[in-house]
Amino acid sequence: MSTAPGGRGERAWFDSARVERLRERAAILREVRAFFDGRGFLEVQTPLVVPSPGLDLHLAAFEVATDAGPRWLITSPEYQMKRVVAGGVARVYQVCKTFRREELGALHEPEFTMLEWYDASEGASAETTMAQTEQLVAALARARSGEAACEVDGRRIDLRPPWPRVRVDDAYRELAGCSMWDLLPDEERFFRAMVERVQPALGAERPVFLTHWPASMASLARLSPDEPTLALRYEAFIAGIELCNGFDELTDAAEQRARLERDQHARREAGLPVYPIDARFLAALEEGLPPCSGNALGVDRLVMLLTGAACVQDVLAIPHARL
Amino acid sequence: MADTTDLRKGFKLVIDRQPYIVVESQFVKPGKGQAFFRTKMKNMMTGSTLERTYKSGEKLDKADTEERTMQYLYPEGDVRVFMDTTNYEQIRLSNEQLGDNVYYLLDGTEVDVMFFEGKPIGVTPPTFVELEVVSTEPGFKGDTSSNTTKPAELETGMVVNVPLFVNQGDRLKIDTRTGEYVERAKG
Repeated sequence: MSTAPGGRGERAWFDSARVERLRERAAILREVRAFFDGRGFLEVQTPLVVPSPGLDLHLAAFEVATDAGPRWLITSPEYQMKRVVAGGVARVYQVCKTFRREELGALHEPEFTMLEWYDASEGASAETTMAQTEQLVAALARARSGEAACEVDGRRIDLRPPWPRVRVDDAYRELAGCSMWDLLPDEERFFRAMVERVQPALGAERPVFLTHWPASMASLARLSPDEPTLALRYEAFIAGIELCNGFDELTDAAEQRARLERDQHARREAGLPVYPIDARFLAALEEGLPPCSGNALGVDRLVMLLTGAACVQDVLAIPHARL
Repeated sequence: MADTTDLRKGFKLVIDRQPYIVVESQFVKPGKGQAFFRTKMKNMMTGSTLERTYKSGEKLDKADTEERTMQYLYPEGDVRVFMDTTNYEQIRLSNEQLGDNVYYLLDGTEVDVMFFEGKPIGVTPPTFVELEVVSTEPGFKGDTSSNTTKPAELETGMVVNVPLFVNQGDRLKIDTRTGEYVERAKG
């Protein structure tokens, strides 16, 4: 019998170690819900098949044929969740599947689980959802092992809040030996330095938040009022692994429309499919999205880190390669 | 033309006119960024390693390689002569090209010869070979469990560390992947 992941029988695939990791995954998901339910967040489920999957230049969506014409599987539930917030629900969260084509590797599956939440309570900012992120991850680790730590490749990582906040540009100066502005506007050079030099060194001993990303890489985020070339966007990294992406949300409908049109233009220029602009999302912003912050966190990666698994496929019942 | 979707362990490609074999390849993609493959490769001629980051979708030059089983015949100065026993074609490889594999060649040994663009570039010997000890310090009777070792010279000129009980004239099983002693050959 073949030993390839695709070739083994179910009895061999669902060995006791995998079943144990799936139990841990289920327990972590219960804790996630307890964390948000306990803080007054409403759990919602928004549609997975949508009229626009998002216009990020580097995301490819699965097209779906429907009775209403072509639609797409979500690459993130962001548009729909912001509509819920605009509708008056100040604290909302969701655990759902998201879909991205052409992404497959030890940290990537074309279909993966996302935890996404928004906080529009009084005074909420990116700092609010960053604090919730570090508290959540520490709480999950404590519930599992009694202490706020995890182990990656035999190295202990201290998950206790607060996690250091480092500006992206400072991380580039330290780890890539130059300012990020020296590499931009050539985005490829920026990302090449990110994957080769910056990211692998992030969060080796404790997680870190990278903050203040270039404005061009955050279409749905508010810009820093003091430094408009930067977006109030953050990402958390643990052991070189990108765990989440959050920001202070853009609430200005006109500005949002202009940015989405710019993104459509960039996709057209790059020869990529140009997805529609989600009209109801823009209408919700026009009606009024309160100041808020949201974060999207990769659940498979989080479970992988907490359980010491080697790849996201090890914390899934059936990964893509076994379909 | 190949592209980055072919970047799997064992894939062979040409870089600067030299053949490389992929040892490790990892898909990496920042959430809001471009996709890359971080790849570790080994030069099939020199054995040196190379790390490269390819942009997803980049075109690659697949190496034209072929492996053929051939028999080692004899040395000829600094080169070694091999023959394809199916068509009697002979090829020559220098000791430098063969590296440590020269130590595993005995008259008639069958090896896999790697060809790159029609030219031989190296060999893969059998995983295990049996070689005779031509000189070593005398063994100590009864000492079969000790952790201590001593050097022994084998018939091909190779020197390996062996347990103290090994004697001149013994035939030893050697692992050609590590160059290490495995056990005394039976019979």
